[in-house]
Amino acid sequence: MATRLKEVDVVIIGLGWTGGILAKELTDAGMKVVAIERGETRSTEKDYSVPNVRDELRYVQRHDLMMNTARDTLTVRNNRSEEALPMRRLGSFLPGEVVGGSGVHWSGHTWRWTDMEFKVRSLYEERYGKTFIPADMTIQDWGISYDELEPYYDKFERTAAISGKAGNIRGEILAGGNPFESPRSREYPLPPLTPILASQMFTDAARNAGYHPFPRPSANASRAYTNPDGSKFGACQYCGYCQRFGCEANAKGSPHMTVIPIAMRSPDFELRTHSWVTRVNKDSTGKKVTGVTYTNVLNGEEFEQPAAVVLMCAYAINNVHLMLLSGIGKPYDPVSQTGVVGKNYCYQTGAAATLFFEGRHFNPFMNAGGSNASIDDFNINWAFDRAPHGFVGGYVVGGGFNTVLPIGYRPVPAGTPQWGKAWKAATAKWYQTAMQISASGSVMANRNNYLDLDPTYKNAFGLPLMRMTFDYKENEHKMGRHAADFINQTAKSMNPTTMNPATARTDPWTVVPYQSTHNTGGTIMGTNPRTSALNKYLQSWDCHNLFVVGANAFPHNSAYNPTGPVGALAYWTADAIKRYVKKPGPLV
Amino acid sequence: MSDQPMKDHDVGRRDFLRKAVAGGVAATTTALAPPALAQQPAAAAPAQEAPTAAYEFLNLDEQAFVEALVNHMIPADGLTPKGTDLGINVYIDRALGGAWGKGDRLYMQGPWKIGQPGQGYQLPLTPAQLYRAGIEATNAYCVRTYKKTFDKIDATQREDVLIGLSTGKIDLGALPTRTFWTTVYQTVMEGMFADPIYGGNRGKAGWKLIGFPGALAVNRENVEKYRDKPFPTDPLGIADMS
Repeated sequence: MATRLKEVDVVIIGLGWTGGILAKELTDAGMKVVAIERGETRSTEKDYSVPNVRDELRYVQRHDLMMNTARDTLTVRNNRSEEALPMRRLGSFLPGEVVGGSGVHWSGHTWRWTDMEFKVRSLYEERYGKTFIPADMTIQDWGISYDELEPYYDKFERTAAISGKAGNIRGEILAGGNPFESPRSREYPLPPLTPILASQMFTDAARNAGYHPFPRPSANASRAYTNPDGSKFGACQYCGYCQRFGCEANAKGSPHMTVIPIAMRSPDFELRTHSWVTRVNKDSTGKKVTGVTYTNVLNGEEFEQPAAVVLMCAYAINNVHLMLLSGIGKPYDPVSQTGVVGKNYCYQTGAAATLFFEGRHFNPFMNAGGSNASIDDFNINWAFDRAPHGFVGGYVVGGGFNTVLPIGYRPVPAGTPQWGKAWKAATAKWYQTAMQISASGSVMANRNNYLDLDPTYKNAFGLPLMRMTFDYKENEHKMGRHAADFINQTAKSMNPTTMNPATARTDPWTVVPYQSTHNTGGTIMGTNPRTSALNKYLQSWDCHNLFVVGANAFPHNSAYNPTGPVGALAYWTADAIKRYVKKPGPLV
Repeated sequence: MSDQPMKDHDVGRRDFLRKAVAGGVAATTTALAPPALAQQPAAAAPAQEAPTAAYEFLNLDEQAFVEALVNHMIPADGLTPKGTDLGINVYIDRALGGAWGKGDRLYMQGPWKIGQPGQGYQLPLTPAQLYRAGIEATNAYCVRTYKKTFDKIDATQREDVLIGLSTGKIDLGALPTRTFWTTVYQTVMEGMFADPIYGGNRGKAGWKLIGFPGALAVNRENVEKYRDKPFPTDPLGIADMS
């Protein structure tokens, strides 16, 4: 029998970027907040310090900061005719599992998603006609606009110490930035990172071909910085251990050294670690939630924490899982295309080439998480005509490095033996001479890509695993081919000694190897309760005192990394909740 | 650690080992332990304090297999010492005997199905169990084909066996060949390129091979200074900085 605790104003499930932002904002507003986190507390001083953090085996190979699949995982399959089987260890994506969540081990790439995503169906139908969008592509408008979100993007960029160069301030196009971005109210808080050779070479090649390269905006402080909340950042050391690591210099914008410690100072905030929420409870009407039930994983004891407002702030797909386990909202059915929870699960696609230049020294161990020059000419550039290519969406191309360490990164030309003296000689010869050009591509929602509860497999709490049914569709194949062609053409223009060309991902999606921790959708935001789970304030249509915050709210996935809008929407939701508590009820 | 039943031909080796150890002489494998081992700091795992390549998991057959494997894959030449001199066998033994080998973070609930390749690892085996079964099956193949176990065949035959494993052409019966090979290959590379605190990459020879500077990485000034220039590096491991 669960021990019933005293009611609080707000309970937050999961303490990463979204939970941290909401904890800070809502305690600032005078609310009593309890955060319940399945992982443990780790700090820069104790845990992410040199030399111990510089350990590729522990953090990259063994996933020390990630979700433990022995306790909870998903089952996966490509389509409904297959039997889903458990993802028995992590591979394709890596949700975090510590205080700070994936915000500790991310690289920091921070983009502003624009109306090209938020109004995707309207824009494509208007320009290309209704039949351009395939019948099974379930993209829909998000119910929010870039202009509404702009102040919140700005706020997140300042909190997380984004280094970058604006390309458009209030409509004025600025040299050196991304000319295709939507207007921003002001410059980035920090100047761009110092470019590395690979990003310089890509910049030159792209510019020579008439494209518009710019430094990728990222949460790696290009110099020492104090954010508006007073959180202090060190300057990025280009240490090469960014993605999948905590930052020893506190140079990477992370919730564990910004919003969370600020919330912790408030007497109105309490953090309970090692605590696993198994259910969000509903009242007898089913129109409100009453709090959460959780298990202390140190001893198995079960608690019920009542709360006036519940915020799901776990990793995107874990929020969807909890919605399904709690029976909130109607589960999506791909056959009848009814229901909303689990709908529009999306991922990302990509392509990459490795270029070898004899005699060059790329020093691939010397980079920041965002040491990358990018072009958006095939992404948010609406002048890029999709009609001849027949795809919806786009891709961002980058040249540079991000955390390439020797167990995982030892580039050699294709056809090199995998062991022996010839392998060793080639490994020694080419390591310093290689750079990569890679594309990250959007994935449009499809009626057959979705999440539901698995009928067979259970987690450590005896609860059904979530089942992921996903594959790339023809739209993504077409875009991937376009991206691979572009990359190879650009690569050839740079006259490498040799290259391993890019190829499109046209085989079925696989759960190995690592691809991207950018899983989106499942409890999507929208304008209509029949086609979305949340309104534009990430408030549940079904239970008005429940907000589900994260990339789970994205109705489709863009080419960009998701954390920019995830952070902005968390601040946006915080403002909505401040209004909500004054007059509880549906905000739309 | 090893509690596997021994086969008849193991007994001779085991007796030899026992006598060798009793006589204060390093065991067969450890006679080759390079001076670099002495440089390993005491802060690392306790087994490193011993001046031998003592095994905690692999049985005698498996030790012989792994030593032959790593020395074939990483032969001595002007670039690096051979695999056992890099401690790759030690790395593999500890990895299999430790948490990862015992299935830490591995979802181990049934039902068990073979599934599609894209569904990833689906065997009801921990990495250590997979390694053990894979070595046994590979040795059985070698005995069928060459009348000798993998450690006793010549270099050409070993090359053929590794090609057969890596291309999946050798049938290991119930075990999916590629799954075994992928695990073997991953552990050899980890043993060559992981931080030396884990028992491999002795003398940071794997890092020196490619010019990787290791754990020391304060490059703020170096990004411009060494842009397109060789970075003069004597790599540092975690133990060097502890």
